[in-house]
Amino acid sequence: MIELEIDGKKVEAEPGNMIIQVADAMGVYIPRFCYHKKLSIAANCRMCLVEVEKIGKPVPACATPISQGMRVFTKSEKALAAQRAVMEFLLINHPLDCPICDQGGECELQDLALGYGDDLSRYTEGKRAVDDENLGSLIATDMTRCIHCTRCVRFGTEVAGMRELGTVWRGEHMEIKTFVGKSLTSEVSGNIIDLCPVGALTSKPYRYTARAWELQQRYTIAPHDCLGSHLNVHVRRNEVMRVVPRESEAINETWLSDRDRFSYTGLKSEDRLNQPMIKQSGHWQSVSWEVALEYMLEALKKVIAVQGPEQAAGIISPSATLEESYLFQRLLRGLGCPNIDHRLRQIDFADQDSMPLYPGLKVKIADLEQQRAVLIIGANVRQEQPLLALRLRKANLKGAQIFCINPIDYQVNFNLNQKLICHPTLLPEMLAGIIKAILVKQAIEAPTTIAEQLKSIQVTEQQQAIAEALSVNQPSTILLGAIAQQHPQAATLRSLASLLAELTGASVNLLTEGANTAGAWLAGAVPHRGAVGLTQDKLGQTIAELFAEPRKAYVLFNVEPAQDCANPKQVTKALQQADLVVALTPYNTPYLQQHADVLLPIAHHAETSGTYVNAEGEWQSFAAVVSAPEQVKPGWKVLRVLGNLADLADFNYTASTEIRDELQGMLANHSLKVAKQVQPRINLAYTKHPLTRITEWPMYRVDGLVRRALPLQQAASHDSVGIRINSKMIEQLQLAAGGLATVEQAGESVTLPVILDERIPQGCALIAGGFAETEVLAESFGAITIHV
Amino acid sequence: MTNVCYRTLQFDEPWTLEAYESVGGYQVLRRIMQEKTPCDQIINELKEASLRGRGGAGFPTGVKWSFMTSASQGAKYVVCNADESEPGTCKDRDILRYNPHQLIEGMIIAGYAMGCTSGYIYIRGEFTEPFARVETALQQAKAAGLVGSNILESGFDFQLETAIGAGAYICGEETALLNSLEGKKGFPRFKPPFPANVGLYGRPTTVNNVETLASVPVILEKGAKWFLELGKPNNGGTKIFSVTGHVNKPGNYEVPLGIPFKELLELAGGVRNGNKLKAVIPGGSSMPVLPAEIIMETDMDYDSLMKAGSMLGTAAVIVMDETTCMVKALECISKFYMEESCGQCTPCREGTGWLHRVIHRIENGQGKPEDLDNLVRVAKNIEGRTICALGEAAAWPVGAFMKHFRDEFAYHIQHKKCLVG
Ligand SMILES: Cc1cc2nc3c(=O)[nH]c(=O)nc-3n(C[C@H](O)[C@H](O)[C@H](O)COP(=O)(O)O)c2cc1C
Ligand code: SF4
Ligand code: FES
Repeated sequence: MIELEIDGKKVEAEPGNMIIQVADAMGVYIPRFCYHKKLSIAANCRMCLVEVEKIGKPVPACATPISQGMRVFTKSEKALAAQRAVMEFLLINHPLDCPICDQGGECELQDLALGYGDDLSRYTEGKRAVDDENLGSLIATDMTRCIHCTRCVRFGTEVAGMRELGTVWRGEHMEIKTFVGKSLTSEVSGNIIDLCPVGALTSKPYRYTARAWELQQRYTIAPHDCLGSHLNVHVRRNEVMRVVPRESEAINETWLSDRDRFSYTGLKSEDRLNQPMIKQSGHWQSVSWEVALEYMLEALKKVIAVQGPEQAAGIISPSATLEESYLFQRLLRGLGCPNIDHRLRQIDFADQDSMPLYPGLKVKIADLEQQRAVLIIGANVRQEQPLLALRLRKANLKGAQIFCINPIDYQVNFNLNQKLICHPTLLPEMLAGIIKAILVKQAIEAPTTIAEQLKSIQVTEQQQAIAEALSVNQPSTILLGAIAQQHPQAATLRSLASLLAELTGASVNLLTEGANTAGAWLAGAVPHRGAVGLTQDKLGQTIAELFAEPRKAYVLFNVEPAQDCANPKQVTKALQQADLVVALTPYNTPYLQQHADVLLPIAHHAETSGTYVNAEGEWQSFAAVVSAPEQVKPGWKVLRVLGNLADLADFNYTASTEIRDELQGMLANHSLKVAKQVQPRINLAYTKHPLTRITEWPMYRVDGLVRRALPLQQAASHDSVGIRINSKMIEQLQLAAGGLATVEQAGESVTLPVILDERIPQGCALIAGGFAETEVLAESFGAITIHV
Repeated sequence: MTNVCYRTLQFDEPWTLEAYESVGGYQVLRRIMQEKTPCDQIINELKEASLRGRGGAGFPTGVKWSFMTSASQGAKYVVCNADESEPGTCKDRDILRYNPHQLIEGMIIAGYAMGCTSGYIYIRGEFTEPFARVETALQQAKAAGLVGSNILESGFDFQLETAIGAGAYICGEETALLNSLEGKKGFPRFKPPFPANVGLYGRPTTVNNVETLASVPVILEKGAKWFLELGKPNNGGTKIFSVTGHVNKPGNYEVPLGIPFKELLELAGGVRNGNKLKAVIPGGSSMPVLPAEIIMETDMDYDSLMKAGSMLGTAAVIVMDETTCMVKALECISKFYMEESCGQCTPCREGTGWLHRVIHRIENGQGKPEDLDNLVRVAKNIEGRTICALGEAAAWPVGAFMKHFRDEFAYHIQHKKCLVG
């Protein structure tokens, strides 16, 4: 420990700390612009100059390491003179246009100018004007206001791993620019809005809509990925005006993904459902809640009574809250129907009995930075879990080796030591090769269930290197992403990953979908287990079965069936033939108009209280940040009323927290005995289609809210829907890049633009899900044909 | 006259290996390689010789080298700063053109003494001919087994390469130079850490000026005492003065440190047209100007000039006669620093432009009485508050011009024209 003195107060701190860190910790404020605790030290603004005894010149507190016996004066005459001088320099070329600047009222320059600036400028020369940049639909620029702190540049190069902004020219001509005049494509670009201390970079969707002092700050948890980032939502008169990060070192640090930051813009979509509706003899009519609920319950009960409980099914979003998921399954099970699922995009459930209490991360999010070797399997990490990718980048910068097995050569923001890019059907074989490398090296006998198949697998040098790295560099981690989990051989991939983990000492981590997959499992929104994993007398069927063998009644909770599920064609067919389709939904869409019979308007995540359990098992509860429109109700309340109407016992909750507490109590009293781990298996007998569709859900198509967030859609316009295919395949199929072609799948066809994409493997075309355009298509990794 | 760095000038083709070897070139290197001279001994010799950095700051070279010796595994670098861009300065260029081998020998010895694995010679972008000379010399030295692996069968490896800048003055600042060498933008780095700890590619690095490095072989050949006694105590050796401006014979003069300015002026043929001397900037445009009365009584060495209120800097002596408008002179200087500021830190980025605009206004007859105090104030506000010394380089001239020639500025403001017509 080093002892020093700041403004006369003695303090002890670890060596290596800078003066500003120690001062911050003891509550002594030193003015600053360029310093940010999550970025490298630039020491360029010079605002933090302080006096240190025995040093002639004032020193920058952000870049001067503490030393034994150091005496620092942050407010001495010398320090203040330096700080005032710097403030004067900063202001001479600044437009001082606070009244028309969106940052006004929350501007670091404005705040500090109040303390360190003069009333009158002594600068009488002309001021500099700088051209603005077009950074796309999310970030507005007023570059004349820039004070060249380079926080935004450093964020890009250091944190986001994308050098999209840089400093060009020099001296007073220095500008912050995109190098080639492009919009930003980083999935975490919005953070530079927070980082910019002035009004040079502001939020395009938010700007000019409110002033900082009109806003109330409420916090909630982000609803789109499995991290559960902490949000501060800024509200004016019951309207969400913007979203900013709330610092949480364990989860999102000081960052947010653009998806979490800007998805609020989807809240005001025009297709909001504002009134319960029922369809009778083909005609929709708005009805009261009482009528709608009675109607729905009667109809559902009738199906169950007449056609049998197996003829009903409940499908719920993996982003529904813990409370909603819990009441949803209780309601359906209470009515006798065990068919409940939330795994919308998954196909293979062969190993569901050996799943843990909930799938997720074994490693804490923050500890990912400490991993020495990481193997990514079937994941577009940056798009699926943008902030988790930042942790991997940090690990990588600290020396971790990172590998991937993917069907597409996804762009990542770290170095991949090896990448195995293969046809999607070969993912299990690729993984098995790594296992074989270890078995051979360590002369271990292969488990009998896979010994035979392993024989035919050739181990490559790459696989050997990965095997070696995972065993030698500890701690090591295996991450299975959305593509692995949506894969037709998902169970195989999971079982092989477990075996690999066992052999190497790595941990297996699942990057789950939505905001609350872990919560859905805990709440019992799965067909084979009840809440907290309790065994069930009556086992339900999986979502795959529930649509493959159509049922007579479907209850959908915040699901847009044709855009959220694995096999839209099958889903639509099933809904078409059903006697009853009830949708609890925030939206009134043509699709639901056509296929549903009852529409119940439920609240958005921002309008409800609840809990998300993130992938590391953290229970994060939140209150509503705004109230829902008049006739729109939080999902848990609707389910509670339904439970009561159905005369089910113990449905008398008065607050969502009671539901959470009940679950927590159950969890404390039960422990899940997972069925014995199924033996690892590889199925090499699957069919290889002549042309395979790869399906992924692009980051701004994963749920109804982001799909309606216009600025995000504009930001992703380069990632539009189409037939993505490599040049060789284009030639082979005689297509024309940029032209149109027709995809046929399971008897349905759709015409889409052909997009040249060399990342796509031979024999495949990437046709994304989550778009209206691809609603008619069928299974995720199924066979397709393409012709002009 | 005793030449140290310009030892080969008497030859028709002074840059060749033969010319250099004929004056005893590479003999010191051969001796060191053969005897395996202890590194400390070399460094002590430089300390005793009182060799001070010729790049501008005058830091004792032996002391600087000793920062590098603390055992550290892995790569270490020595970098030659041949970016010479300080206005008035052209001494390094002539070493590069006429005696490149001596620089190369100096670098190899430096590499040996500091345990470096490789070295770079970073050459100013506009130096086309000097670059070619150095490159040719380097190839010759490599072919002769003087540079590279297992130098002269001694077991010592030292790789040496040239690199060329792109015309930015700031890349002469040693840490900006390192960034530029790494392929990054030429922004100076904040110190600490100093290059001796964290330098090129994060490894311990020493940056020395061309003249500094080229002096080394001669010091080691003739001994510390000989070198020291060429000059004055604490100001050892000869120094190349680039004398420019209003003299009859502008040029590079390699003369003992401590030479009285009067004598140097005589060597340069005196003031042109028999004019009266008005002022001299003794160390490159960034150093404080001295009026004739002071400089005529001053010796040209680090300590004497410091005492006189200026500095030796790069020893670029800019001579101004009575016809010089000091406002115009300062306008030129301030424009240079405005243009060359890297733009990274606030006081320099904003302050250099402010200074220039005010001086420009005064020069153009639009000055205001309050400008004078403001110039001094703004310059003071830059000084000592920047990342690198360009801030000082921009501020000092303003301070000194205002100190010695304030009246001329006041005249300009009042009469909207030059005092000197
Ligand atoms: C703005 C600026 C420009 C500089 N330009 C040069 C230069 O062109 N050549 C040089 O040798 N040193 C230059 N220096 C000094 C170097 O930073 C460094 O001190 C010097 O190269 C060290 O060598 P020495 O110890 O041999 O003098 C410059 C310094 C500053 C602040
Ligand atoms: S003082 Fe000037 S040149 Fe030096 S780092 Fe700062 S802005 Fe760049
Ligand atoms: S905060 Fe220290 S220099 Fe900018």
